[in-house]
Amino acid sequence: MDMKSLYLIVPLAPLAGAVIAGLFGRAIGRRGAHSVTIAAVLIAFLASLVIFQDVLAGNTYNGPVYTWLISGDVRFEIGFLIDRLSALMMLVVTFVSLMVHIYTIGYMADDPGYQRFFSYISLFTFSMLMLVMSNNFLQLFFGWEAVGLVSYLLIGFWYTRESAIYANLKAFLVNRVGDFGFLLGIGLILAYFGSLDYAQVFQAAPQFASHSISLIPGEAWSLLTVICILLFIGAMGKSAQFPLHVWLPDSMEGPTPISALIHAATMVTAGIFMVARMSPLFELSDTALSVVMVIGAITALFMAFLGLVQHDIKRVVAYSTLSQLGYMTVALGASAYGAAIFHLMTHAFFKALLFLAAGSVIIALHHQQDMRYMGGLKKYMPITYWTALIGSLALAGIPPFAGFFSKDAIIEAVGASHLAGSGFAYFAVLTGVFVTAFYSFRLLFLTFHGPERFRQHHHGHEEGAHHHATVEPKESPWVVTVPLILLAIPSVYAGWAYIEPLLVKGWFGSAIVVAPAHDTLGHLAANWHGVLSFITHGVMALPFWLAVAGIASAYLFYMVRKDLPERVSRKAGIVYTILLRKYGFDELYSWLFAGGARKLGGRLWRWGDVTAIDGWLVNGSARLVGAVAGLVRQLQSGFIYHYAFAMIIGLVVLVTWFVQP
Amino acid sequence: MIEGIGILSLTIWVPIVAGLLILVTGGDRNADGQRAIALIGALLGFLVAIPLWTGFDASSAAMQFQEIAAWIPLINVHYHLGVDGISMPFILLNSFTTLLVVLAGWQVIQTKVGQYMAAFLIQSGLINGVFAALDGVLFYVFFEAMLIPLYLIIGVWGGPNRVYAAIKFFLYTLLGSLLMLVAVIYLFFESGGSFEILAWHKLPLGLTPQILLFVAFFFAFAVKVPMWPVHTWLPDAHVEAPTGGSVVLAAITLKVGAYGFLRFVLPIVPDASHELAGLMIALSLVAVVYIGLVALVQSDMKKLIAYSSIAHMGFVTLGFFLFQPLGIEGGLVQMISHGFVSGALFLCIGVMYDRLHSRQIADYGGVVNSMPRFAAFFMLFAMANAGLPATSGFVGEFMVILGAVKVNFWYAFAAALTLIFGAAYTLWMYKRVVFGPVANEKVAAMEDINSREFLVLGLLALCVLGLGLYPLPVTEVMHASVNNLLEHVAHSKLP
Repeated sequence: MDMKSLYLIVPLAPLAGAVIAGLFGRAIGRRGAHSVTIAAVLIAFLASLVIFQDVLAGNTYNGPVYTWLISGDVRFEIGFLIDRLSALMMLVVTFVSLMVHIYTIGYMADDPGYQRFFSYISLFTFSMLMLVMSNNFLQLFFGWEAVGLVSYLLIGFWYTRESAIYANLKAFLVNRVGDFGFLLGIGLILAYFGSLDYAQVFQAAPQFASHSISLIPGEAWSLLTVICILLFIGAMGKSAQFPLHVWLPDSMEGPTPISALIHAATMVTAGIFMVARMSPLFELSDTALSVVMVIGAITALFMAFLGLVQHDIKRVVAYSTLSQLGYMTVALGASAYGAAIFHLMTHAFFKALLFLAAGSVIIALHHQQDMRYMGGLKKYMPITYWTALIGSLALAGIPPFAGFFSKDAIIEAVGASHLAGSGFAYFAVLTGVFVTAFYSFRLLFLTFHGPERFRQHHHGHEEGAHHHATVEPKESPWVVTVPLILLAIPSVYAGWAYIEPLLVKGWFGSAIVVAPAHDTLGHLAANWHGVLSFITHGVMALPFWLAVAGIASAYLFYMVRKDLPERVSRKAGIVYTILLRKYGFDELYSWLFAGGARKLGGRLWRWGDVTAIDGWLVNGSARLVGAVAGLVRQLQSGFIYHYAFAMIIGLVVLVTWFVQP
Repeated sequence: MIEGIGILSLTIWVPIVAGLLILVTGGDRNADGQRAIALIGALLGFLVAIPLWTGFDASSAAMQFQEIAAWIPLINVHYHLGVDGISMPFILLNSFTTLLVVLAGWQVIQTKVGQYMAAFLIQSGLINGVFAALDGVLFYVFFEAMLIPLYLIIGVWGGPNRVYAAIKFFLYTLLGSLLMLVAVIYLFFESGGSFEILAWHKLPLGLTPQILLFVAFFFAFAVKVPMWPVHTWLPDAHVEAPTGGSVVLAAITLKVGAYGFLRFVLPIVPDASHELAGLMIALSLVAVVYIGLVALVQSDMKKLIAYSSIAHMGFVTLGFFLFQPLGIEGGLVQMISHGFVSGALFLCIGVMYDRLHSRQIADYGGVVNSMPRFAAFFMLFAMANAGLPATSGFVGEFMVILGAVKVNFWYAFAAALTLIFGAAYTLWMYKRVVFGPVANEKVAAMEDINSREFLVLGLLALCVLGLGLYPLPVTEVMHASVNNLLEHVAHSKLP
């Protein structure tokens, strides 16, 4: 089999699985649905492995699959670009997806929408693969919107719950705001470059480096800055960057496997991937890079704070995801694209692990998600505990776990950056380290250590609204724990094993372009003395001690002096309230945008359509006609030739008037 | 093929003859027989149109399948038919839609079945005539005559407020039609006594007459599209029309207006078109933004989709007046897609209305619980309405927005707002109607779609996905004609 067919198999196998499970779910039953979809994703994963090997051997591919549309002199193609960047993404996507598919067998065992769920997650895998394998902006946008659709379907999976169908509409609309910018960016690319093909656009980009456009008369802006910022607005939607972050915490209304697959490991990283893919464009605009860095820094720090006050275990992990996406974005802004992708990869492993561990706890406690009603689960669920501990250590950035390496690389790169805003970004990512370590271990201590509070009855955030029997919690079945273990393995080793090839040895090759003036990772590479030296160097540096301090503080607050959280929150009343209210963005947006649009629409309808057009023009002219008709009724003779004569005169008058030169 | 009768004549007269045949076969006692004739007539009507597609020479911009015969020699009126890449797809779309409408009305219509079916078949033939006519008078006759069945459909099988809706419709169209008649007569005299539309294309005209002709044609066609601010008849007409009427109205009748711009306005008065392009673009963008917001607050599903139609047709007129291949072809694709998507959405609302006899969003909720298969179809069409890639709804909007960026970034900016508004009004409605717990006992008692409804919605779903995933074949037939049109429009006709 040639490689091109293999490329096709990667996305098409999950699509076939999705179609079979979706359309014939009833016929093939539960076992049939999960067998088909898992087999399909396994095929995609194995094919991705082969492709990865092939790419490592130096083979890349860039070519069309079919022509979607031709109009004027523009050809729109569907096609694949397989290089080191896309091959790595394919591997991450199919691996995490495979784990999530297996885990779902256990997690969704009692759900009536079992087949539908498998159909959706396979469809998601297909969409995400189309996105990362694309060689052009059209297909990128296809995948981009398609993952948004599946995310919408999955957040609203339990469609009878008001909170879920509110959250999915919100997620879709906020993403659409991002897509709005993204589409305009694509439009500008086509308008100036005359093509949507990556290779052609990237090749032509340097010629446009000093090109400026005037969107507002009198203001000349750099074309590439405008394009990059518009594209980045798309990334802000999909990767939930401030101020378009509001949808991600609410997306936790979806079943937990979805939170792991879509809202932590893959879909939300689409924006990160996209910017890395567009590095030949972003490198040409310092302004755009600064914007990216500052937005990322705001997200990294301020979303981390929100993780401190949440009680819902999934929401803590969700805010942690937001914050970590901020780290990746900061790395992109600092031109450390490799570090961003590296963190994307390690994060995919340990964050999927943390979500699945949280899900394991949630099923063990019969859909209890509130950490105030957990505690002491360590002895009941040892596998979940130890894997969650590994995930938390990786997240907090403790060596030798994976997160340490990727996060440290980002922090060093930001420190080496000289772009406007890099000072603030450096402060934000450093502070973020402490906060991250604190909330991660707060979660771990509250859930697995301390007194057992799960016997107290509470009807807060339940997922499936089931029974509340007070049976003892017990470890989850193997379909749940095996994915946990399989995800824990790379969470341990993916850092030290891959940092050298990925970041030091220029692994991405021509897939990522960095201007010499922006080469922040070059500093890392120049001072590279091996992994051990990186660790010893790291252990003596500030970020490591901030992380240790965070863990120690969490230990103090939640294991030793358990009265402290209460007292601190009372002392810092206003700050605490602001954090609990998530800075008020939800309220602001729902008042300003949702309410504002409805109010405006209502006004336009009543005043414009009903009053002005219908009331004055249409009905007014009807009344006028009625009044005039009353007068001219006298002219009605009843003789047909009178009417004909009148019509002819009328026409003659009109025509004469027209014919007049 | 019957000797001596061309394909285009067949597409016009086969449905009309079938319709007349139904009318003469008697009253409601023979309802089943009438349904059968209607189905056969619609199917035949569609089959005879297929050679238009298969036998079409996409490399040529000339009129194809031409037929010409003297009709009223006294004033040089001909029965002249022909299609190019712009008009041909719409004859197929119309014949296909007629088939769906006959199927959709199969059980729903129980009174005056024969007349109902006959009205749709006759209308189908007349609309094919509009798209095929190359003679000004012939066009005008078809253009006016096609409204009669629609008046009847609304007036006889319509809702309680049908008289108001029909009068409103009448007032609007009367205004436009009379002005167009004057324009046609004027062109007859100017061209030295010809009603040939193609001859008018070559007629040199001064700027003032061009502008006056533009205004006259504008009122005729803008009302049909409908463009803001002459759009308010559409929501009322849709609300009062029976499901089939709404489907044909949205899928086909609106396209006649847009088609008129390409066949008459752009080629006959190119200088006026360039002169007034800014105004047309502004009106189109108002339709996208203003109507998008208005759609958001509708409480009646049919009104909501009607407003959404206006917003989507805004893309068509926007695309046309960009004078670019991407814009015009995008507009044409949008017209075809809108035929599928809005038709499907009105059918979906009809399916629910048949069961619950309400169009109010507030009367529904949790429909997915009782009608899962229906909900899946409805989701697909709602997403297509929101312009999701891989559905037909995306293609046209995408092309027009990309074309607009080239002309002016802010045109594209305003047009792209539909990404947000379109999703907001469509999915918010979907959420309130379909998602959520079962709202009441009536919703709980709703039965899922039967196999006939499944067939109709399934066919449309295939069209929506097919056009979305592979639009190339559809646009290929348009290229030559659109390029020809653009070249024509680029040359001034000022004497």
